[in-house]
Amino acid sequence: MDPIAGLMQGFSVALQPMNLVWAFVGTLLGTAIGVLPGIGPALTIALLLPVTVYLDPTAAFIMFAGIFYGAMYGGSTTSILLNTPGESGAMMTALEGNKMARQGRGAAALSTAAIGSFVAGTIGTLGLTFLAPPIAELAFIFKPQDYFALMLLAFLSVSVVMGTSKVRGFIALFIGLSLGLVGIDKATGQQRLVFGVPDLLDGVEMTVVLVSLFAIGETLYVASRFGLHVPQLNPLAGGIWMTKEDWKRSWKPWLRGTAFGFPIGALPAGGSEIPTFLSYVTERKLTKYPEEFGHGAIEGVAGPEAANNASAAGVLVPLLTLGLPTSATAAIMLAAFQNYGLQPGPMLFINSGDLVWGLIASLYIGNLMLLILNLPLAGLWVRLLFIPRPYLYAGILIFSLVGIWGVSNSWVDLAMMFAVGCLGYVMRVYDFPIAPVLIGLILGPMAEVQLRRALAISQGDPTVLVSTPLSAVLMAAAVLIVAVPAALHWHRTRKITFPDGDES
Amino acid sequence: MIRTIFAAAAAVTLAGLSAAQADPAVVMAPGGAGGGYDATARLPFEAMAADGIFSDGATFTNKGGAGGTIGLAEFVGANQGNDNAVMSMGVIMVGGILLNNSPVTLDDVTPLVRLTNDTGVVAVPPESPIQTVDDLVAAMKADLGAVAIGGGSAGGVDHIVMALVAKESGLDPSKLNYIPYDSGAETVTALGGGALAVAVSGVSEFKPMADAGRIRIIAVTSEGRVDGIDAPSLKEAGLNVVVGNWRGIVGAPGMSDEGRAMWLDRFSKMHEGPAWKDTLAKQGWEDAFLAGDDFVAFLGEEKTRIGAILKDAGLVK
Repeated sequence: MDPIAGLMQGFSVALQPMNLVWAFVGTLLGTAIGVLPGIGPALTIALLLPVTVYLDPTAAFIMFAGIFYGAMYGGSTTSILLNTPGESGAMMTALEGNKMARQGRGAAALSTAAIGSFVAGTIGTLGLTFLAPPIAELAFIFKPQDYFALMLLAFLSVSVVMGTSKVRGFIALFIGLSLGLVGIDKATGQQRLVFGVPDLLDGVEMTVVLVSLFAIGETLYVASRFGLHVPQLNPLAGGIWMTKEDWKRSWKPWLRGTAFGFPIGALPAGGSEIPTFLSYVTERKLTKYPEEFGHGAIEGVAGPEAANNASAAGVLVPLLTLGLPTSATAAIMLAAFQNYGLQPGPMLFINSGDLVWGLIASLYIGNLMLLILNLPLAGLWVRLLFIPRPYLYAGILIFSLVGIWGVSNSWVDLAMMFAVGCLGYVMRVYDFPIAPVLIGLILGPMAEVQLRRALAISQGDPTVLVSTPLSAVLMAAAVLIVAVPAALHWHRTRKITFPDGDES
Repeated sequence: MIRTIFAAAAAVTLAGLSAAQADPAVVMAPGGAGGGYDATARLPFEAMAADGIFSDGATFTNKGGAGGTIGLAEFVGANQGNDNAVMSMGVIMVGGILLNNSPVTLDDVTPLVRLTNDTGVVAVPPESPIQTVDDLVAAMKADLGAVAIGGGSAGGVDHIVMALVAKESGLDPSKLNYIPYDSGAETVTALGGGALAVAVSGVSEFKPMADAGRIRIIAVTSEGRVDGIDAPSLKEAGLNVVVGNWRGIVGAPGMSDEGRAMWLDRFSKMHEGPAWKDTLAKQGWEDAFLAGDDFVAFLGEEKTRIGAILKDAGLVK
């Protein structure tokens, strides 16, 4: 079946009034649960999947599409308003988004996130409709050295632009890299930095560090700084809607974020983190308002949020074309497909075309429904900030602790939460950036695995790391990102020190 | 993988929220999404739900790596005495425990049933000059290190297959260039893209991609040939290598006798029911059902056998 005919048939089913109701219910549930701190999209989908089991396949898929995009979007709300991202893909959104919220521009940040999610989701779904087979080929083209170069580029570039000084950025990055080393090494079974604590064998849970650094650190900081004398700030000072200027500054980041998110999301080891990191860095470099970055630049919300949603659409590419689930979210969806007799694999489109096209048509509708639901809600969510801070942060603290306990039932994780939370507080006080810790923790182990694979395949020949065109280009970009600012700096200092030198 | 943590979080939170009416099972899959442990964890619960044997739902956690011992450690750590917690496992974990010198072993859990057996396949990229097992052995003899071999965890059944191939061919198995992957999805794309020279995985993981022409299967690891695969067994090709990748389910550490009896009853009923037969057919798994004390005895034999193979192959001291 060709894409257009397939899609038309899918829409003819998905647009029936009752099915639109299911799309609405799915989006509502997805957003509502995704909004809870510490609960990301994979979690939301797993939570709500049982609800869809009682529906007929079409209605279930439609509701499911709503949940899928709703959950992706819901996570950004807490990032922006409360600086407490629930999952790693929403972390970059918190950086600028929360600063915007503190200036009374929370509603605009939520709007640009919602519209950006819609734009990225729609383009991603279009890509899925028309480009899925060639994009899926990326999975085969990417070699370990390409992954390694991509990861190196992501974490060097983010660390360089992050925070007030490079030294602080790199210290934060290395804290994250060290945390990432903890646990059993997967290739050799060697125990690293475990100190005989069995709970550490499986490594440091990323969620623990994410929630502790952001939510606990933030809570301690707010409590220590403002006490009972909360500075009164009108969360709606900046109005509910995006201004014309906001639109002008948002549309390009939306498109660039999508361009990062969709293809990288389609890679087996791609994920949502790398595209959001790269999108943030790109927007920070390209913006006409560099002075606003770190103080609430709308580009820093628009880009990463679009990248996050586009990567979610990207994950569907290998799942639907090759039957390869490449993320937790995809694995959960695979389970859902199998409930309806879909046999995932290279033949999925041929064998179960009508169901798959129904799902894809539902994704368009779910995405649109999300926009319709969330734009009016942006003004409502922002009113969360009218809650007096002691209550608000006490609530965040409790949600975080319950969430982490629920994940692991491990007291070691709770103890670590307090330790890392205190670290987060100290880092805030001394102006260290938080994000590089998580970037190191997330990308460090991934990069290590890919580096070792590349070197094993080449039998230890390091030139393999630049042996493909892609790895060479990415590696060169990574080197330039570190070297160029350093060289410029050296150049400037030299001029000052030797004013009569050979500079002419 | 980081994202699997969210699945874990999802699973447990779901259990917490819906505990009021139903009593969902807590299920650990000690491998990456889309792999064998993942399917062995999820599909029985789908079959049980379809046949109305157990319909309170189940929450799944994926935790891959080190032959499943990372997932095992987490499972044992988090579910002491929990009659509702079960974990998929298999021969790969038996080897993984020995190889990684894991502080947590299968003695710490409650064996329940063996469910399936998955024959292994040896595959190469479609354009590879290696056409037969003899070609593969010749390539390994020419330069063992240059043959990059992909598969599941180090010391797992895939690794054992290639170690035995090396040993049977008079090569030193400890010199294999073996690269472990977290999931079949990652292995198959690395092989299809030509990053690896050869890879070993289960029929269920490789056959769809072979049928689509993405990879080429040169041998199977069962005694004889496998229906639907145009390749000899390693044994037919002259190497005395027969390895089955069986998988099953174990219960939480310190599971009560009632809990054990409850699960054995559920799995026995499932094995009789139509849904599970359908699942076996769809997945291309051989039925290898073995329950209760028989499975305990089998597990004991397997531990001894695998230990010997790994030692022979120079993987365990």
